[in-house]
Amino acid sequence: MSDLHLLTLKEAIEQAKKGGAADLVTALKNRAQKLNPSVNAFIGLENTSPIGAAASGALAGVPIAVKDNICVEGQETTCASKILKGHVPPYDAHVIQKLKNVGASIYGRCNMDEFAFGSSCETSTYGPSKNPWNLNCVPGGSSGGSAAAVAADMAYAALGSDTGGSIRQPAALCGLVGLKPTYGRVSRNGLIAFGSSFDQIGPITKTVEDSAILLNVLAGHDAMDSTSANVPVPDYTKNLNASIKGLKIGLPKEFFPKDSAGGMDKDVEKSVREAVEVLKGLGAEIKEISLPHVQYSVEVYYIVAVAEASSNLGRFDGVRYGARAAAKDLNEVYFASRSAGFGQEAKRRILLGTFVLSAGYYEAYYLKGQKVRTLIRNDFDNAFKEVDVILSPTSPCAAFKIGEKSSDPLAMYLSDIYTIPANLAGIPALSVPCGFTAAGLPIGLQLMGRAFEEETILRMAHQYEQKTLFFKQKPKL
Amino acid sequence: MNFDIQQVAKLSRLTLAPEEAAKLSKDLGAILDYVKNLEKLDTKNVEPTSHVLNLENVTRPDEVKKSAARDKVLKHAPASDGFFFKVPKTVSRA
Repeated sequence: MSDLHLLTLKEAIEQAKKGGAADLVTALKNRAQKLNPSVNAFIGLENTSPIGAAASGALAGVPIAVKDNICVEGQETTCASKILKGHVPPYDAHVIQKLKNVGASIYGRCNMDEFAFGSSCETSTYGPSKNPWNLNCVPGGSSGGSAAAVAADMAYAALGSDTGGSIRQPAALCGLVGLKPTYGRVSRNGLIAFGSSFDQIGPITKTVEDSAILLNVLAGHDAMDSTSANVPVPDYTKNLNASIKGLKIGLPKEFFPKDSAGGMDKDVEKSVREAVEVLKGLGAEIKEISLPHVQYSVEVYYIVAVAEASSNLGRFDGVRYGARAAAKDLNEVYFASRSAGFGQEAKRRILLGTFVLSAGYYEAYYLKGQKVRTLIRNDFDNAFKEVDVILSPTSPCAAFKIGEKSSDPLAMYLSDIYTIPANLAGIPALSVPCGFTAAGLPIGLQLMGRAFEEETILRMAHQYEQKTLFFKQKPKL
Repeated sequence: MNFDIQQVAKLSRLTLAPEEAAKLSKDLGAILDYVKNLEKLDTKNVEPTSHVLNLENVTRPDEVKKSAARDKVLKHAPASDGFFFKVPKTVSRA
């Protein structure tokens, strides 16, 4: 079979259980050899093989690609930053252990925005990843390499991380399914931290069922992460086909103003409104709701998340890991290593975060941001008393051209306007393909659910996907 | 929004070249002006959110366990000596 790279994760697992996983690894390697030079999804093509009994586990040796901010023992992990060049973690992230325990092979290190700071994958020190649907466009970010690898059929599935949309937005821009679980659902142990009260690891896959298969492996309590939730893990694949009749979907009027397309592009609005009709046809009830403070999400995020980031990135000082610049005393080591090691966007966020936390500004910025975060959380709590799922586009526009927004940080930040609220509230959210623009670029639909109710959004997304079958369309490569 | 970019850079342990400082100062000014939107909201009686799970005092038993972490960590350190990370001198004679 020469088309092994085209399989979904579910199909790849079935194939591996019959004929072993070696052919699958070879197929993906051949594919990457051909396409990675132009797509630049992978920084490295290292792979681990399942050890002993694990090989017969649920994933049966199937390769899973991993974003370059998730630690794999003995394998360079750099967050696509110069400052972590040569950094080899001494342990596996909890999610990597879990994958290895069920027999996955860890294959391919995915490109990303440096330290996950970006929405386009352009801030990587290894150069931008390209969107497989149009190589002149960005794949989104920050998990852009993960999404580009899966969209180009160089991986069956990949792990990403999502602080303000970094799984969902690239999934949308590349025509894939991206799930950000509830905060605390998946352990962050071994994920190099960006915004500790926002970060979640999650899957980027070709189908919703694949997403559920991986969440089954990733989810669960971890004693090594003190923010991990001790909440039972259901079988996420079990109820994917249970009827969604009577489930209530909320359309926030702040995202869907009566007489205009709001902040979204026309093509995006059209596809999303059509998706609403399809969901109605499947038996869901549509209701207008209000999230009165959601319009302040970007402001809150760019105060609170950068504050956390500046604090988290304090540890990169050239002493314990990564690259150290030559200097005559210790203080100079800090300054020289950090100034040479961080790229522009990382410096921008470190400076901004340091400023909003500094004496005299803490209350006006950081504390204010945390308080408005409470108001936004309350908006969601109130809305979920009336509805089961909240619907929006994932991104206000489809993939944009490389370079188009890179000189205007604020314009780039606004591309996360629909994804950030779920991180502020800590709720699960996913993106599922809902059509294409006139130019043939994928569009994503976002479904947000109550905390720890991933099952509901996966079920709704699965049935929508099986009705519309957008995932069957492939980029021409 | 006026602020001293070099002072913030110093707190951040970053050295900025003059043209870098000018560009970043402009960017930060624009972002700080944008987040001013929040001033419109009255938050006097609102509790801040530092965390969404409302977990408190998560602890585990303090047990001694085997670990090879020290050797692995030191192996990839920029500079080490025995059990220690090695750095240039921290204080100079006046």
